Amino acid sequence: MAKLMYRDAIRNTIFQEMQRDERVVVLGEDVVGGMGTAGGPEAIGGIWSTSTGFYDAFGPERVIDTPISESAIMGAAGGLALAGKRPVAEIMFADFIGVCMDQLWNQIAKFRYMFGGKSVCPAVIRMPCGAGYNAAAQHSQMISQFVTNMPGIKVAMPATPADACGLLRQAIRDDDPVVFLEHKFLYAMSGEVPDDPDFCVPFGHARLARAGEDVTIVASGMMVGYAETAADDLAQDGIGCDVIDLRTTSPLDEEAILDSVEVTGRLVIVDEAPPRCSLATDISALVANKAFASLKAPIEMVTAPHTPVPFARELEGAYLPSPVKVAAAVRKTLEYR
Amino acid sequence: MQLNREALTRAYRQMKLIREFEERLHEEIQTGEIAGFTHLYCGQEAVAVGVCEHLTPRDKIVSTHRGHGHCLAKGCDVNGMMKEIWGSQDGLCNGKGGSMHIADIDKGMLGANGIVGAGAPIAVGAALSNKIDGPDDDGKLAISIAFSGDGACNQGTTFEAMNLAAVTKAPAIFVFENNHYSEHTGDAYAVGTSKDIASRAEAFGMKVWRADGTDFFAVYDCMREVLDYVRTPGNGPAAVEFDTERFFGHFEGDPQRYRGEGELDRLRATRDCIKKFRESVTGAKLLSDEDLDKIDAEALDAIETAVQESRKAPRPQPENVLDNVYISY
Ligand SMILES: Cc1ncc(C[n+]2csc(CCOP(=O)(O)OP(=O)(O)O)c2C)c(N)n1
Ligand SMILES: [Mg+2]
Repeated sequence: MAKLMYRDAIRNTIFQEMQRDERVVVLGEDVVGGMGTAGGPEAIGGIWSTSTGFYDAFGPERVIDTPISESAIMGAAGGLALAGKRPVAEIMFADFIGVCMDQLWNQIAKFRYMFGGKSVCPAVIRMPCGAGYNAAAQHSQMISQFVTNMPGIKVAMPATPADACGLLRQAIRDDDPVVFLEHKFLYAMSGEVPDDPDFCVPFGHARLARAGEDVTIVASGMMVGYAETAADDLAQDGIGCDVIDLRTTSPLDEEAILDSVEVTGRLVIVDEAPPRCSLATDISALVANKAFASLKAPIEMVTAPHTPVPFARELEGAYLPSPVKVAAAVRKTLEYR
Repeated sequence: MQLNREALTRAYRQMKLIREFEERLHEEIQTGEIAGFTHLYCGQEAVAVGVCEHLTPRDKIVSTHRGHGHCLAKGCDVNGMMKEIWGSQDGLCNGKGGSMHIADIDKGMLGANGIVGAGAPIAVGAALSNKIDGPDDDGKLAISIAFSGDGACNQGTTFEAMNLAAVTKAPAIFVFENNHYSEHTGDAYAVGTSKDIASRAEAFGMKVWRADGTDFFAVYDCMREVLDYVRTPGNGPAAVEFDTERFFGHFEGDPQRYRGEGELDRLRATRDCIKKFRESVTGAKLLSDEDLDKIDAEALDAIETAVQESRKAPRPQPENVLDNVYISY
C-alpha cells in the first residue's frame, strides 16, 4: 500500500499500463503541455497533472497533445481503438461532452452493436467532472445521467484514490468503451492505494463504505464522501446507515442496493446531477419495482435542483447536495410512520 | 490616423479602463475573495477597443472565456461587471454567471463563453438576424462579430460557422485574436496552417485582413475597411487576424512555464498597446501627457469605486438558485 492522491493514482495507473502494454496511448488538450512554446514539451504535463512525465517516457507517438478539438479527440479515440490501440483520451472538463457528443454517443457507443458484434472498441474517455470550484455553468456539471443512459458505454465514478486506480486499470484493460468520471474536487484526496501492478476493481460491484441497519444511502463520486460524513454524524445519534458507493453506474450493482434496502427498508439516494431522468430516478425506479415490499418509507433523493450550475459561492452551495442535506433526508425517512 | 481629440480620448479611456480592471483583478484574486476561473485580457486591449469603437448598439458581439475587455469595450457597465465577478446579486448576471459568462444583451453583448469555439456560430445567427432586418437608412447593415482565439480557431464549430456565414452571405466578422497561446500550447504547434489563421477564413471564400493587434491605430484603421465591406449588403462575411499578446497567465494561478526567459518583460516593454498609443499620440502632439495622466487617474478611480461597491453589494440568497431557468414553466 502507498498513500497517494487521487490524481496521482490516476497518473500512475495510466503510466504503468503504458509501460505494460504498448497499445495504450494518451491523447487530449495540453496532456503534454508546452508544445510549440519556448518552455517546450512537458512545460505543464496536463492541466490536472494526470499525465506528468508521459511525454518524456513514451514520446509523441503515444502521448498525443491535441489542438482544442473535442470532436476530433473523441472520434480519434474511437478510431484508435477500432484499429487495435487502447486510447485513454482526456476531455479536459466533462462539460465539453457537449462539443463531441456525436462521436461518443452515435459512434463509439454503438460500433459493436451496429457491426453485429464484429468490432472491439476499447477506448477510455476520462472526463473530469463536477462542481465545487465556482466554475459556473459550463465547467461544473455532472454528466453521469447522459453517459449512463448510453447502451454500449460503461461508466466508472471512483470515489477514492484506491478505486481511481483499480477502476481505471480495469477500464484500460476492458474491451468495451468506458467513460471514466473523475471528480475534480477529489483530485487532492489522499488514500491508501494497493501496490499490486495488476490491482483492478471489477465493474458492477459496489463498495460498502459504511455499514448500518436503519437506512441505505446510495451515492457515487464526490457524493460518497458526503454520504459518509452524514452517516458518521447520524451514528452519533444511534442511527446506522449502509453507505453504498456504486463505483460504476453502468453496469449497476442492483443486488447490492436491493439487498441493503431489504434490511433497512429506507433509501436515500445522493446524486450531484439535476433530478430529472438521472441516476437518482433510475435507482428509485429499480427499488420501487424490485423491493417495493421492503420499503417502510418513501424513497428520498438528494440531488441538485433542475437548474444549471450557478457561479456565486452562496448559489453553488445551495445547488450542491451536502452532508447536512443527506442527514436531513435520512431523518425524514425515519420519521415517516 | 484621422481621429479627433475626443475620439482619441475615448479610445484611450476605454483601453485604460480595461487595463486597470484586469490589473486590479490580478491583485484581488490572490486574496481569495473572488471565486472561480478568471482569464485576464491584459495586453489585448487595442483589439477590443479598436474593434468596438466602430460599433453601434445594433451591432452584436460574441465573446470568449477571456471576455472582460470585449464587454467593457462594447459598453457593459464596469460596476455591474465587477459585481458579477464578485458573485453579487447586483452583478450584471445576478451572480449566476461570473467572469466567464458576462453578458448584456441590450448593449449587443451576447455573452462571454466558457466553451471554446462556441461563439462563432452564435455570432453567425445574430448576423443572419441583422441580414433579415435589412440595411438602415444609409444602406448599411448592422453586423455581428465573433471574437475567437488561436485555440478556438481549431474547433469544428468555428469552421462550420465560417462556412455557414459564407454561403448565406451573413454580415459576420470573425475576429481572430492570435495571442500565440491556447492555454499552455503554442500556435506554432496547434494551428496547422503554420500559425496563420486568416488563411483558413480565406479558404472559405472570405475576404481577410491582418493587422498588428498591439497597435490601436492599425486595428482601428483595418476595422474601418472591414466594416465598410461587411456593412454593404450582398458582400457577406469577412475575417481579421490580429497579432497580439497576453500579459498574464492563461488563467489566474497559471505558473506559465511555457514562456521563454524574459518573455513577459520583453512583451511589456515592446508590445504594450497602451504604451504604444501614448507614444504615438504624444509624439504627434494630439494629446499631452497631462491629458493622458488625467485619464489614467480617472480609470483607477473608476476601478476603485467598482471594487468598493462590489465588496458591499448584496449577496444572492440560496432560493435565487431557482430564478431564471425559464420564463414560464
Ligand atoms: C470546448 C472547450 N475546450 C477546452 C476548453 C478549455 N480552455 C479554456 S480556454 C482554452 C484556450 C483557448 O485558447 P484561445 O482560443 O487561443 O484563447 P485565449 O485563451 O488565448 O484567449 C482552453 C483549452 C474550453 N473552455 N472549452
Ligand atoms: Mg490564444
